[in-house]
Amino acid sequence: MTLFKQFSILLMALLIGNNAYSELVIRVTEGNDKPTVIALSPFDLNGLKMNDNIADIVASDLRRSGLFKLIPQEDMLAFPSTPTDVYFRDWRLLGAEYLVVGSMSVLTDGRYELEFSLLSINSQKIQFTHKVRSSATKIRDLAHSVSDKIYQSITGIRGAFSTRLAYVSVIREGDDFTYRLKVADADGARENLMLESKQPIMSPSWSPDGKELAYVSFETGRPAIFRQNLATASRQQLTNFKGLNGAPSWSPNGENLALVLSKDGNPELYNLELDSGKLTRLTRHFAIDTEPAWMPDGKHILFTSDRGGTPQIYKLKLADRSVERITFQGNYNARASIAPDGRTMAMVHRSSKVFHIAALDLNTRRLIELTETTLDESPSVAPNGAMLMYATKYKDRGILAAVSVDAGVKYNLPAKLGDVREPAWSPFLR
Amino acid sequence: MKTRINLYASLFALSVLTGCSSSAIYDSEPTTTEIDNAGVKTAEVESADIEVVPVVADTATVFYFDFDKALLTNESKADLLEHAVILAGNSRSVRLEGHADERGTREYNMALGERRATSVKEFLVMQGVSGDRIEVISFGEERAAAYGSDDEAWRLNRRVELK
Repeated sequence: MTLFKQFSILLMALLIGNNAYSELVIRVTEGNDKPTVIALSPFDLNGLKMNDNIADIVASDLRRSGLFKLIPQEDMLAFPSTPTDVYFRDWRLLGAEYLVVGSMSVLTDGRYELEFSLLSINSQKIQFTHKVRSSATKIRDLAHSVSDKIYQSITGIRGAFSTRLAYVSVIREGDDFTYRLKVADADGARENLMLESKQPIMSPSWSPDGKELAYVSFETGRPAIFRQNLATASRQQLTNFKGLNGAPSWSPNGENLALVLSKDGNPELYNLELDSGKLTRLTRHFAIDTEPAWMPDGKHILFTSDRGGTPQIYKLKLADRSVERITFQGNYNARASIAPDGRTMAMVHRSSKVFHIAALDLNTRRLIELTETTLDESPSVAPNGAMLMYATKYKDRGILAAVSVDAGVKYNLPAKLGDVREPAWSPFLR
Repeated sequence: MKTRINLYASLFALSVLTGCSSSAIYDSEPTTTEIDNAGVKTAEVESADIEVVPVVADTATVFYFDFDKALLTNESKADLLEHAVILAGNSRSVRLEGHADERGTREYNMALGERRATSVKEFLVMQGVSGDRIEVISFGEERAAAYGSDDEAWRLNRRVELK
């Protein structure tokens, strides 16, 4: 796919703007140069009233991916809601490659059901028809599930619209800080507070089932690692060692936490077995070893070390604890986040003076700088590997931004208040 | 989080729609997704009251460092020698808080802040102060002393505070 960068501010995705619960606002700054043209015929709601507009949410999801161009409703000649009502000629004239139609109904148990179809205009065929059901309060989930289905059918890549983001927000008033650990939908909507503290909160890491977060909190006066269940808010302090207790990373099987402790003198990687509490030291070096990130195979851990003089990324093989240097380009490479294919590694990269997010292909060794802003950090690759979220600064405020792993698509999620940082993209949640 | 979506094929065949030349044809039965997504609850923090008694001294209590470095400057060493003398005459404990500027990654900066605080501690220990009286804690880049993204703010933030 050939991509080029379009000039900034192509589109404003408005999905969050009117949502009182959210403090993140999405702004798409760059898109694909050859987007797929798709029309979303307004769904027939059969007179049902809903707080969230499903078609708007789906449209925003598709637009945010950067891969789609949506046909405006005012250009449409008709609003079909079933495939039988579709006159392909009308849509071909509008330049649509795909059309989505659907209608909503209420089931006998009070839940809502949307039956929708994706039609290919060129081949005059139904790609699929699907029913999605939810309670009246889960209409946003229903809408994201519709987006996932459409995205996967057209791109062949699993949609990640039904996933979540964890991040840290900080508000400073004079010498007074308020740190908040938050979880929102991947589009920034439905923000939830997990934890609030006057002391720093850092380094959220998702459990592979998406039900828990591990993170660092200074609430005891020192850094300590905690785990917390999202649905129940029950939490447990996992470490309380002298020195650093940091950088938790949940293993792919959910049984271990890689983390950093400096209890033996300087920062080293450790493995904590969550059931038994057994702690095993993994690295042994007088340099800084930190920021462990499990490879998807569960057999290797990427980490940052300055054992070579500057911070670089290394790979630890758990079987024999052998260590291999991974990055050689640039004088600062840190905080690896690996895509689910185990091949594309995102990281913080500095070649001269400025910190960017870069992607390194571990097979071809090709390195692409993905971002053009400065002070970029904390990359977190989406579970489908298509995009990554990172933290950057905009007008002296910390914001979250997203970029596709080929750098073609970009969007920002600036917070309305304070700084947001350390995004962690959840795994698939079903 | 409790997103549970069960996929199952619907059990009934859909009436096949034919007869209209411009309309599409179903060639498979619709599948169904069930959505049940639980919310998120908020946990409570019971924050420890952290009381730090300020050091009463005319000597500087903040020591500055170069980027990605933990070497003490000659000026810092001179000030720390005075602190060592003061500490030899009392029994109080000190806390060394290490910090980094905002550049680079947060956990690496946690390690760097600790390395800086440790280098101050090692200097004091060499001057005869017992290591048991010195606590080292790093805040990385989480607690800036100066705001802004310029050389001056960064210089002021690469520091160890003796408390």
